[in-house]
Amino acid sequence: MAVQVKVMRRPEPGRSSYLRAALKGMALTFKHMVNPDKVTQQYPEEQTELHPRWRGTHRMEVHADGRPKCVACGLCPTVCPANCIRLVGGEDDQGNRYPVVYEIDEFRCIFCGMCQEVCPVEAIHVGRHFENAEYSRSRFVYDLDRLMEQDHPTTLLWDPSDPRSE
Amino acid sequence: MDMLQPISGVPALVAMVGKVLAVFTATMLVVAYTTLAERKISAWIQDRSGPNRVGPWGLLQPIADGIKNFLKEETMPATANRFWFVAGPMLSITPALVTIAVVPFAAPLPTPWGVVDMIVADIPIGILYILALSSLGVYGLVLSGWSSNNKYAFLGGLRASAQMVSYEVALGLSLVSVLMLAGNVTLTQVVWQQQEMGFWFAFPLSLGFILFLISAFAETNRLPFDMPEAESELVTGYHTEYSSMKFSMFFIAEYSHMLTASALMATLFFGGWDLPGAWDNAFWHEGMLIAGFDAAGAPILAQPAWWKTLLTLAGFGLKTVFFLFLYIWVRWTLPRFRYDQVMSLGWKVMLPTALAYVMVVSATVLVLDLLEVSYGFTFGLVLTLVSGLCTVAFLFFLDSDRIISGASVPYRQDRPVRMPVTQVDAGAPGLSGD
Ligand code: SF4
Ligand code: SF4
Repeated sequence: MAVQVKVMRRPEPGRSSYLRAALKGMALTFKHMVNPDKVTQQYPEEQTELHPRWRGTHRMEVHADGRPKCVACGLCPTVCPANCIRLVGGEDDQGNRYPVVYEIDEFRCIFCGMCQEVCPVEAIHVGRHFENAEYSRSRFVYDLDRLMEQDHPTTLLWDPSDPRSE
Repeated sequence: MDMLQPISGVPALVAMVGKVLAVFTATMLVVAYTTLAERKISAWIQDRSGPNRVGPWGLLQPIADGIKNFLKEETMPATANRFWFVAGPMLSITPALVTIAVVPFAAPLPTPWGVVDMIVADIPIGILYILALSSLGVYGLVLSGWSSNNKYAFLGGLRASAQMVSYEVALGLSLVSVLMLAGNVTLTQVVWQQQEMGFWFAFPLSLGFILFLISAFAETNRLPFDMPEAESELVTGYHTEYSSMKFSMFFIAEYSHMLTASALMATLFFGGWDLPGAWDNAFWHEGMLIAGFDAAGAPILAQPAWWKTLLTLAGFGLKTVFFLFLYIWVRWTLPRFRYDQVMSLGWKVMLPTALAYVMVVSATVLVLDLLEVSYGFTFGLVLTLVSGLCTVAFLFFLDSDRIISGASVPYRQDRPVRMPVTQVDAGAPGLSGD
């Protein structure tokens, strides 16, 4: 069987140099060093503008009277590929269904956004937000109240004016 | 007549303690801020802005680093040799810190009690002391690498010793030419001889300087010679297993080695604290502080002043900082040599060149002596020309078509291949197997 050999082209004899190349490199790095045009983004002061389709921390939409919009249909825990939504539904005297327990584990979530896509009443959303650092792991399980408190902009999963997202 | 006398008695003790404290503090501060400079300059070279959060312009960063290192957990590998594992960092930091003591850093300072020499220890064996201690530093590396009981650390330690041995030779030989001109091994004398000649030794001994510079890079284990650490090959080499302050001590050792090497380059080849002109010359000659000799050979007394001390201190600082900057600049430009390239550069290029150069310099000095050219400007000029020729030849030799190729066979375009081969041109994308 033939052996495959990768041929690396060396410089032609008489055309290579080590010192001049090193000096050239030093000149180049010096030029970059004195170049005042830096690429660093001063993060907490200078925020990146997130894309409209950025999928981050979840947010639960709220009715005008303060109730969550969720009707506990159970679609989002079913569709969730990471199985990180815990839902216990209940029903009030008028027969309206509502979530008794609604928790999302933001650590297990893979931010696919399918919960938002599947929700029939546009209650749960993924949001344009990522600064959700905490000091303990338990704080990453968001309960219903916490999801309702979030006030960051929600994700635009599909823009009707730009259906193919171009 | 009010003769200038060296300081003595109790004031001398006070001055001594003051100098020790000042030099130690300055060394630690410079080391701390060299780490900051390293991070800043590396950032600028890569078009970033570097640490700028702790304090104005990031100036408190070294302190934050220090606190962080103190608070980190100390780890001790279960299989390590405890004694040498703990002793390793100490063995590497001590030689690195004590060498700075023999470097004169400014012109003598006149005080009401006498003249204070601006050097911590003007010992008569100056350069030998530095050579001895700087090679002791390798024991810390080797022992900590070995005692960690980790193969990467061990390889790092081995490389450190091999590299140290190879470059120590070239370093020592490049110093021989300096010693021949200075005629003495104390660093104050080296500075004085440069003042008297009117030339900094970097000119009459240009090739010696280049050899010293390269070997100093290798001796301090800085890129492009950082074989013992070689992050991409050996994790971090000899200090892989270290954490907390022990790790930090290796860092301080590395940077104080850099500082010492820079101070040495400034002293041996760039006149130390000497500034251009004869106004700042000062040297103890038979109990008198002299600035030189007049035409008849009678000594001219020096006039030390506090402003001269300050100016020369600034001059020395500038030269040292320049070499520190050079270290950092080179580190962030050049890639690391392969190990066999380091060895072949050391033994096949540096050593023979240094040997030949010693011969050339001694022959020139001999001829000049026979022609009865007195030690001074003409003497320096002739040596400058000779060394200049050697340097050009050396650089030409290194530069003209020589890839440093190490132990492997020299590359040939037409090397016969034994097996049937399909050649894949790596230059064309999409064809190669991977
Ligand atoms: S974004 Fe995806 S993974 Fe996260 S909760 Fe919604 S469906 Fe589950
Ligand atoms: S899909 Fe919407 S309505 Fe249904 S359970 Fe999830 S959040 Fe509630």
